[in-house]
Amino acid sequence: MEILMCILGGALFAAGIYLLLQRQLLRIILGTALVSHGAHLLILTMGKLNRGAPPVLNEGIQHYTDPLPQALILTSIVISFGVTSFLLVLAYRAYQKNNTDMMDQLRGTEDE
Amino acid sequence: MFLYYIALPFIAALLLSLFSRPHSKTFHPGWLVAIIPFVLFILFLTHSSGISEGQPLASLTNWIPSMGIQLSFYLDGLSLLFTLLITGIGFLVVLYSIFYLSKKENLINFYIYLLLFMGSMLGLVMSDNLFVLYTFWEFTSISSFLLIGFWSHRARSVYGALKSMMITVFGGLSMLGGFLLLWIATDTTSIREIISQKEELMASPLFTAILLLVLVGAFTKSAQFPFHTWLPDAMEAPTPVSAYLHSATMVKAGIYLVARLSLLFTGSDLFFLCVSGFGLVTLCWGSFMAVRQTDLKGILAFSTISQLGMIMAMLGFGSEAAIFAAVFHIFNHATFKGCLFMVAGIVDHETGTRDIRKLGGLMTFMPITATLAFFGTFSMAGFPLPIFNGFLSKEMFFDASLQTAAPSGLAKQAAPLFPYLAVLGSIFTFVYSMHLFFGTFRGKVQLDRLEKKPHEAPFGMLIPPFLLVCFIVVIGVLPNLINERLLAPAAGSIAGNPIHIHVAFWHGIKLPLIMSLIVVAAGALLSLFKRYWESIYLYLPGKLSADKAYQALLNSLLRGAKKTTSSYMTGSLSLYLAIIVLFLVCVTAGMMAATGGFAFSMADLSPVKWAEAITGFAMLLAAVATIFMKRRIAAVIVIGVVGYGLALLFVLFRAPDLALTQLIIETVTVVLFLLCFSHLPVMKPNSKPLRSKVADVLISLAAGTLITLVAISSHSSKWFQPISDYFVKTSYSLGGGKNIVNVILVDFRGLDTMFEITVLGLAALGIYGMIKIRLRKKGGMEQ
Repeated sequence: MEILMCILGGALFAAGIYLLLQRQLLRIILGTALVSHGAHLLILTMGKLNRGAPPVLNEGIQHYTDPLPQALILTSIVISFGVTSFLLVLAYRAYQKNNTDMMDQLRGTEDE
Repeated sequence: MFLYYIALPFIAALLLSLFSRPHSKTFHPGWLVAIIPFVLFILFLTHSSGISEGQPLASLTNWIPSMGIQLSFYLDGLSLLFTLLITGIGFLVVLYSIFYLSKKENLINFYIYLLLFMGSMLGLVMSDNLFVLYTFWEFTSISSFLLIGFWSHRARSVYGALKSMMITVFGGLSMLGGFLLLWIATDTTSIREIISQKEELMASPLFTAILLLVLVGAFTKSAQFPFHTWLPDAMEAPTPVSAYLHSATMVKAGIYLVARLSLLFTGSDLFFLCVSGFGLVTLCWGSFMAVRQTDLKGILAFSTISQLGMIMAMLGFGSEAAIFAAVFHIFNHATFKGCLFMVAGIVDHETGTRDIRKLGGLMTFMPITATLAFFGTFSMAGFPLPIFNGFLSKEMFFDASLQTAAPSGLAKQAAPLFPYLAVLGSIFTFVYSMHLFFGTFRGKVQLDRLEKKPHEAPFGMLIPPFLLVCFIVVIGVLPNLINERLLAPAAGSIAGNPIHIHVAFWHGIKLPLIMSLIVVAAGALLSLFKRYWESIYLYLPGKLSADKAYQALLNSLLRGAKKTTSSYMTGSLSLYLAIIVLFLVCVTAGMMAATGGFAFSMADLSPVKWAEAITGFAMLLAAVATIFMKRRIAAVIVIGVVGYGLALLFVLFRAPDLALTQLIIETVTVVLFLLCFSHLPVMKPNSKPLRSKVADVLISLAAGTLITLVAISSHSSKWFQPISDYFVKTSYSLGGGKNIVNVILVDFRGLDTMFEITVLGLAALGIYGMIKIRLRKKGGMEQ
């Protein structure tokens, strides 16, 4: 299963990076979302899958799944949510101001 | 002990910087500054008796012990000669500058730079450690840059400063390369220890590279052909600086380096040919070009180049007589050239011009200056009278050129040419010396072309050149006065064994004397008929001048740099991103392949379950589908599939907290997308050309593959025990909670969570700000 998940993570990354390389801001935002999904999946896979019970202490249970990756992912999910929403509003504002969300038209001035 | 000597100018510079209040009208800070070189001069002089008896002094302080770099200073005959020149001429130059620079100038800065230079120069000539020497070497380049550019409002000053910096720092870097190789070859950084390993080093395959790299450093600093081109432009510096740095001290640093290391290199054909050859070419070219100059300081600049070439050549000859003559000439050159620079400054100061075409007949207006100039120029020309020290060393130079210590082979074949080159260079030296003196002080007065009416300089300005002229005459009459005390120990420390040569004016009619007479006769003839052959300068340097080469090199460098940068800095963010991703992929893949990081193991895998596999497959399809979506709403829904699929995977992989969070966040995100997207433009089709589409696909596939491989390798290799057991064991006892993930977040890694909240808060503030700006603007428009 771990190998399959590694491949899925890589595929999410590939799709995300392809979207990041596009010119439209909206696609770039979608790309960041895909990349962070891929990263979360990979972190979880690093801690081995399906070994023991969910990490909530219970009488009589000896083996739990690795809690550390889960804690890291939890932090990361929230952060990537912040990033995505910030980017969305930024794209919205950029579009309002410049009337375009194409990166090649948002280049700035010559002597920047 | 020497550390304090060297630190003294630096400390003085630091103290001076504290007094940088607006210039006072009554007190010239130069009077205070002059104390430093004077005190140092006396201090160094007290060591001279011990050193002349053959007892060099050393002092040592640890600086970077882990790399074997010590502040190790060493005072032997050679260093002593240089320290006395640096402090002695330094004192006279400061004295001269008091009268030369008006109180309105930014004098504090000037003296800070000058003191920095003095300290670095002292450090340079006393360092026994290669890297300490290099550090001081670059310090002199930097302080020289500051001093040349002192009048920074003049474009020529800035140009000259930059040029000298570029060329000398280039040479410095080359020298550093040579020093590193020396260190590698000998495993020590002490110059004395390196010299003691001469035999092994000569046999080392690195020897040629070391020799050439170090010589490039020395040649750039000492303005040897073809690197001489910075020195004439450096004449934009205030004249005291030119007198000090660009004739008496800094440009002799290259000479010092060659002298210091010549024990190491002698016996090598390459050293003999390079140093003698470049020296003689520089001598001839410099003196030939000096005749052409119209600026007094320009003549002196090329004259300095040519004289440095002569000293360099003597060091190359390598015989005992040549080394002694080189040392003698280092001293003599400092006296007459220092004097002549001061005279040029006086003429500039009192007439308002240094253009020799406008000058002439100044003898009647400034007789004392003219007398000083007479001694300076005739000593430089090597006029055969026993009152000019320049003649004595010039004749020793002729003598040395006849009996070189050519090691073998090619060097032996080249050596017979040297006397001819020596005479040729000296003839032109004679011509420009006469030109300098007669053009300025004799001939027709052109008062209408001068900016002010010439008159004799103030008394204080005449004293420093007068003292130098005293040296010219006294050494000319009694050449052996400083011989045993100063010259013999210096020559001895270059050659490695004591050298005792008695200097005399009259040797009988021998070849060197005949050469001198030829120089005087030919030089006098050429001077008299100068206007008939002057037109040669229209053709000879022409496009071949080193200055043009420097310009072309600099321009092509700038053009090349601009081209390279603009080839990838196009302003297209997606290109930057592609480059970054590609670089990351190449470095990571290359590194892992090189260190055997890739691994694949089927052991320790959990079994494949259908529910998980199907969810994963759906996510994969959805992820690929996002690329092809043509409508915004479809794209948002498809990306939602990936997010919810991930939440489902979290459930299946027994991560309840993650699943909950992911579900909530995903829902909020989708809502946010739906809220925003009606304000965003419609999805546009990918407008990139096919070629870059293919490139994008390849780059993202490569990145995805690499990430998969890294993940699999990380899973397949186990380097250490995970620390998770600790959390499982102590979650309840230390954290007081049964949900381990929660305990980690709020307790064990509480700081992380706090910063996470900070990030969220910042993002929220940013979003709020961006929306607020819009509202305010709209409100303003409505009003």
